[in-house]
Amino acid sequence: MLTLSTGNNAVAAAVRQANPAVVAAYPITPQTEIVEQIANYVTNGSLKSKYIPVESEHSAMAACIGASITGVRTFTATSSHGLLYMHEMVNWAAGARLPIVMANVNRALGPGWNVWAEHTDALQARDTGWLQVYVSTVQEAYDATLMAFRIAEDRRVYLPVMVNLDGFSLSHISQQLEESTVGDFIPPLVLDHKISTDSPAGYGCMTSSADYFRIRYDIERSMRDSVQVIKETEEAFAQTFGRKYSWTEEYRCEDAEILILSMGTLGKEAEVAVDILRNEGVKAGSMRVRWIRPFPELNLGDRELVVIDRNYSFGFGGILASSIRAKTGKVCYNVIAGLGGQEVTYNDIAGFVKTRRIGEEFWFGVDA
Amino acid sequence: MSGTSASEYICKCTSACAGCSSSLILRHVLKAAGPDTVLVVPACCTSVLQGVWPNTSFNIPVYNVAFAAAAAVASGMAAAFESLGRNTNVIAYAGDGGTVDIGIQALSGALERETNFLYICYDNEAYGNTGMQRSGSTPLGARTTTTPGGKIHVKKDLDRIIAAHHLPYMATACSAYPQDLVKKVQKALSIKGPKFMHILAPCPPGWRYDASQTIEVGKMAVKTGIWAMYEREYDTLTLNGPTKAAMIKPAPLQDYLKMQGRFSSMTEEKIKIIRGEIERNLRLLKAEAEATC
Repeated sequence: MLTLSTGNNAVAAAVRQANPAVVAAYPITPQTEIVEQIANYVTNGSLKSKYIPVESEHSAMAACIGASITGVRTFTATSSHGLLYMHEMVNWAAGARLPIVMANVNRALGPGWNVWAEHTDALQARDTGWLQVYVSTVQEAYDATLMAFRIAEDRRVYLPVMVNLDGFSLSHISQQLEESTVGDFIPPLVLDHKISTDSPAGYGCMTSSADYFRIRYDIERSMRDSVQVIKETEEAFAQTFGRKYSWTEEYRCEDAEILILSMGTLGKEAEVAVDILRNEGVKAGSMRVRWIRPFPELNLGDRELVVIDRNYSFGFGGILASSIRAKTGKVCYNVIAGLGGQEVTYNDIAGFVKTRRIGEEFWFGVDA
Repeated sequence: MSGTSASEYICKCTSACAGCSSSLILRHVLKAAGPDTVLVVPACCTSVLQGVWPNTSFNIPVYNVAFAAAAAVASGMAAAFESLGRNTNVIAYAGDGGTVDIGIQALSGALERETNFLYICYDNEAYGNTGMQRSGSTPLGARTTTTPGGKIHVKKDLDRIIAAHHLPYMATACSAYPQDLVKKVQKALSIKGPKFMHILAPCPPGWRYDASQTIEVGKMAVKTGIWAMYEREYDTLTLNGPTKAAMIKPAPLQDYLKMQGRFSSMTEEKIKIIRGEIERNLRLLKAEAEATC
């Protein structure tokens, strides 16, 4: 079925398809539409979930944890300060190996109050054990949410998945959406370690250093195994629904001499910038990084890199650029752009490429 | 004890301190609740005394969670069991710090949402498992490691905060009165919806008395009226016998304070304030009980 949908409503529509037993959520701009729409679905009976309208994001994740450990499917959504407020439980969810799916609508962090797009919120959670994917279109928000349940609930993974979409520039814009009937694409959840009064066990007890160490290593092992699960899931999705996804979305990269790397909606602007640059004889390509955890193998070759970071790690650098450097040893031109919803057009991005100074960092709109 | 499960759900070899009344309370709670019960435990003495994974001493599923999260985790669990069509008891078992301080927001939310669970606060009047730091539930004048000169604030009135949520069932109890405690747990679990119990849990190392005196200290708390025992079903308040007796002829407060090293730096002025608090509390409870009988 073809409809016109916002990014937020696309996430909610995907959640309705996935049919979680429990949704616990707390509203926050710009995520609010997701939980409002889910509340509508539950009220009109088109979604059978138990909807828990919790009093905080900390409790939203806590309630998902309590529900998930019984072996049922769970979902929540948040943004920005909400994600920060639940950070303790975000860690707990991964440590407890619970396949919770969460949509995070990327938004800047206060102060001052700013509700517009930025990725620093979710990237602060990158070391928690959550898988993280960043989307760029309404359709992708829908598709990634569906796939997130299948990936998280796979026995080889049993880790939570965060689907990230840019505040307003994706959450609130309308695009064409093809809604699919999921059928058996997401198999029923079987949680091997679910809590049960039939076989009493202690969960999250005091744990010795040696055992704790093994448990942490097991998280990393599953994170590595998730690489294959993501690949399989995206291939199965393409076969079932005809829409293809991968670690990155590449645009005119084959013969490119300069790559623009970005995340989220800026990746779509970058594609237009590539066309502009190509018309001017600059052999540019766009590589939009979708998965940040697990971090992908990037096919960068010996091309020049312009990395746009809509985030920042103070005292260190743009997080995507520094991750690429850490993983590949490659130095780039790191453009910090779009913080707090700063407008970044395809012309701006084409300009970054033309004025690139490899090895340097550039704060768009601030640096000369 | 009659009317409870013959099974033991807390095995020997917990790492509880000698004379620990909170493990005694939990033993009775679980025997009253029976085997179809899941315990949700935030950071507190109980997260320590169950032992070190994988050899834990509880013969019941225990879900340990972050300090502030017990009531919210229980909310999710209760909703999930409901969706699975299961009647499993969900009991959050939390200390006073995890209840009156860091966990009160989640607790208030869970009660307001009419979560079908029983929340039990076992109150040893300080952060016990970390060596007795002050909590909002520490009484005026009590020495803790963060109030070395004696606490300068009065104990938070948790029960009236909870009562404001207008619950189908809430009760106070004391580890020294296990039969009363068991009856209250069973009554609570027979009711659908949010239930709350606040149970006084004297703590030998924290309150600084000999481990053999745990029951005596608990009894004296009730006899002096500093700890009142009652049940509240919506607007109906029922005082329990020992508290009615304390209203008529209370044991001397000094006798309770003298039993415990934590009150060694108590001043006359503070004792007067505590007396005033006891009188006010009992007066309000009595008026409420009389108004509803």
